[in-house]
Amino acid sequence: MSATATNIHSPPNSGDAHLQHQFKNADQQRESATLGMWLFLGTEVLFFGGLFVSYAIYRVRWPDDFREGSLDLKWYLGGLNTAILLLSSFFMALGVRASQQGDNRRVIRHLLATIALAVAFLGVKGMEYYLEYDEGLVPGESFRLQPPPRSSESALTRGMGSFERWTGKYVPNADEHGQRTRREQLFMCFYFIMTAIHATHMLIGIGLMTWLMMLARRRAFSAAWHNPVEVVGLYWHFVDTVWVFLFPVLYLLRNP
Amino acid sequence: MGMNPALNPIVSPITPAPPGSEGAVARHPNYLNVKHTVRSWLLTTDHKRIGILYLFSITLFFFIGGGAATLIRLNLLTPSGLIVDGADYNKLFTIHGVVMVWFFLIPSIPATMGNFVIPLMIGAKDLAFPKINLLSWYLFVFSGIFAFIMITLGGADTGWTFYTPYSTAFSNNYVTLTVCAVFINGFSSILTGLNFIVTVHKMRCPGMTWFRMPLFLWSLYATSVVMVLATPILAITLLLVGIEHIFGVGIFDPKLGGDPILFQHMFWFYSHPAVYIMVLPGMGVVSELVTCFSRKRIFGYEFIAFSSVAIALVGFLVWAHHMFVAGISVYSASVFSLLSFIVAIPSSVKVFDWTATMYKGSVKLDTPMLCALGFIGLFTLGGLTGVMLATLGMDVHMHDTYFVIAHFHYIMVGGTVMAYFGGLHYWWPKATGRMYSEVWGRVTVCIIFLGFNLTFFPQFILGYLGMPRRYHSYPPEFQVYNVLSTAGASILAVGYLLPFAYLPWSLRWGKPAGNNPWRATGLEWQTASPPPEHNFEVTPVVTEEAYAYHLRKAQNGASIAVTSAGVAPVTVVIGPTPEN
Repeated sequence: MSATATNIHSPPNSGDAHLQHQFKNADQQRESATLGMWLFLGTEVLFFGGLFVSYAIYRVRWPDDFREGSLDLKWYLGGLNTAILLLSSFFMALGVRASQQGDNRRVIRHLLATIALAVAFLGVKGMEYYLEYDEGLVPGESFRLQPPPRSSESALTRGMGSFERWTGKYVPNADEHGQRTRREQLFMCFYFIMTAIHATHMLIGIGLMTWLMMLARRRAFSAAWHNPVEVVGLYWHFVDTVWVFLFPVLYLLRNP
Repeated sequence: MGMNPALNPIVSPITPAPPGSEGAVARHPNYLNVKHTVRSWLLTTDHKRIGILYLFSITLFFFIGGGAATLIRLNLLTPSGLIVDGADYNKLFTIHGVVMVWFFLIPSIPATMGNFVIPLMIGAKDLAFPKINLLSWYLFVFSGIFAFIMITLGGADTGWTFYTPYSTAFSNNYVTLTVCAVFINGFSSILTGLNFIVTVHKMRCPGMTWFRMPLFLWSLYATSVVMVLATPILAITLLLVGIEHIFGVGIFDPKLGGDPILFQHMFWFYSHPAVYIMVLPGMGVVSELVTCFSRKRIFGYEFIAFSSVAIALVGFLVWAHHMFVAGISVYSASVFSLLSFIVAIPSSVKVFDWTATMYKGSVKLDTPMLCALGFIGLFTLGGLTGVMLATLGMDVHMHDTYFVIAHFHYIMVGGTVMAYFGGLHYWWPKATGRMYSEVWGRVTVCIIFLGFNLTFFPQFILGYLGMPRRYHSYPPEFQVYNVLSTAGASILAVGYLLPFAYLPWSLRWGKPAGNNPWRATGLEWQTASPPPEHNFEVTPVVTEEAYAYHLRKAQNGASIAVTSAGVAPVTVVIGPTPEN
């Protein structure tokens, strides 16, 4: 199968066609692209780092309010998203491998799987946002100190709630839905900002992968030239890694 | 001319016409005349053209920021404020600060001269990512449009520091727009820094080892590291400020458990390293100028190179010295005070090295060298007063007074802007192929030097006497110093306007410069002026250290050896200076 794929989509270029004028050879171009992306990811680490540091400072200062906030999040949806995103990274890695072998058809297939999983992630995230909006967790004017009574919750929330009661011992405010603190808004601010910035990065990633698929359709990638897939791959794994930190920090730090 | 043709065979692979011959300059195909359309400029990926685009853009902003400064100085002529009320005054100094910091000083030397000469200096055809380079200019322009709209709508009054909770909860003018402008501007800065780092790592020509690189590259490399590592923190901080300002949620709001001091920590974690983004490139320019115009190998090459890196790294650890009176603990303040002293060490290493380079050199006081000398003197004064301010006990009294204003204007204006003009004059012949009027150049530098000192020295005294910054009125006993300062500012303005006359004049009537009017070392001087589109006809090969002026003296001061790729050694002849 791979032999036929290679025959049909045999690389039409040796990579020289993609050598930009400022570079001496393909190696220099590839190394520059990779170094550039690593540096960019370094700036991203600092960008998110500013958020994580601020979060950590406030978490230490207001442990109870932040714990309450964490208990209001749907850890099972976050966990589901973690699984989805890790799987998407797996397909991304396969896509990079396929591009190194110059197999453009498999590049497309793996990127499609990655994008599908990314969209699924964003769907779950959107659902979470909706639930939180519904429960009055959005900070600002619409933030409700008094959680909605269980009877007025949507069927979805109620269903999720019973699932959570069934799964674990850290049940948020069990049945009586205690009063929230004003400072829980601070936690929710960070939750929404951090996840929204992360989601923005995912949208950019989906855009980049769409571009890669358009290139792959033209059979642009070959064993000699596949820099874009490699650097977008790096980017995607980074976005994934950010989530791997966001998930425990936001959802799981709920023990007293 | 001091050159023996028999000993130094003239083989020039680069320019057909002998350097210095009349009219030969503009004829050879170069980056300026290869295409003429507006489109060819706006969509260019040529680092030289992008450098020129930046030059125009930041010059525009220099005059916007300068205009605000002029109004500030005019207002301070009388104790009660001459022309504007307090609210407008707040907007004026905010516009001045925001525009000068992000739209002039930070891009000034890196984005114009750095863009122009980095590939030339390392023997490359372009930066590693030419399209990203163009993108960074567009981001700059885009952010500039935001800033421009902000100014025309009426400005913001937070100061360039956006301190919370004033900026988030109370200020009801165009804070969001200003924050957007600076946020976008930051991406331009990050992309430029990233491009420079990759270029220095990956694009050096054969033989160009790290320790053969001109020191300008070392300083730009250190600058780029700071740009890449510090700017994201500014981005996230301003994003948080913007979100809090728009949605009224409390990230820095004490009512909801937020902490305004956290904002200050995050802001200065960027903005202190940012002052090294502003001054390190200036130091790099001065390293080039001092050695060239002393006709002497630079003293302590490695020390200057590593002091740039040291400043960049230690610069990350001193931010809280802006917050000594903000309620941080006395222990952390002491540590930050100590760390701030440490920055003075690499800075003074540079000053001593420059001075030692001039010692027993054949110092030639051309315009760029006058700028370099001005830089060394003014930077030293600004740096020493910086050490005073880093002293914990002293800063408690000096904090937010005109002493601080004078201190950082000595570094930023006396230092960076001086170096900027030095570099502009030094590489002007390379960029345009023409010599500017040396007489006017020297006169201008002297006017700037005098005007600068008259403007800012009285501010040291004002601050020492206790006049706070950002006040639009003051007690009558301070008037004499304020009048002196405003008088100086008007002289300074003349100095800054003069290059507007004689530099464009030189484009048409200036003497053709030849490839190497300063008889300088460095690859950028071995290609034609203006350089061809792809910089070098053949990839150069470097065989000697960066500032081998001592070797050139032995060869009768006329030529330096280079070999072109893989071919027999070729000697490129350096033209005589126009004065000769």
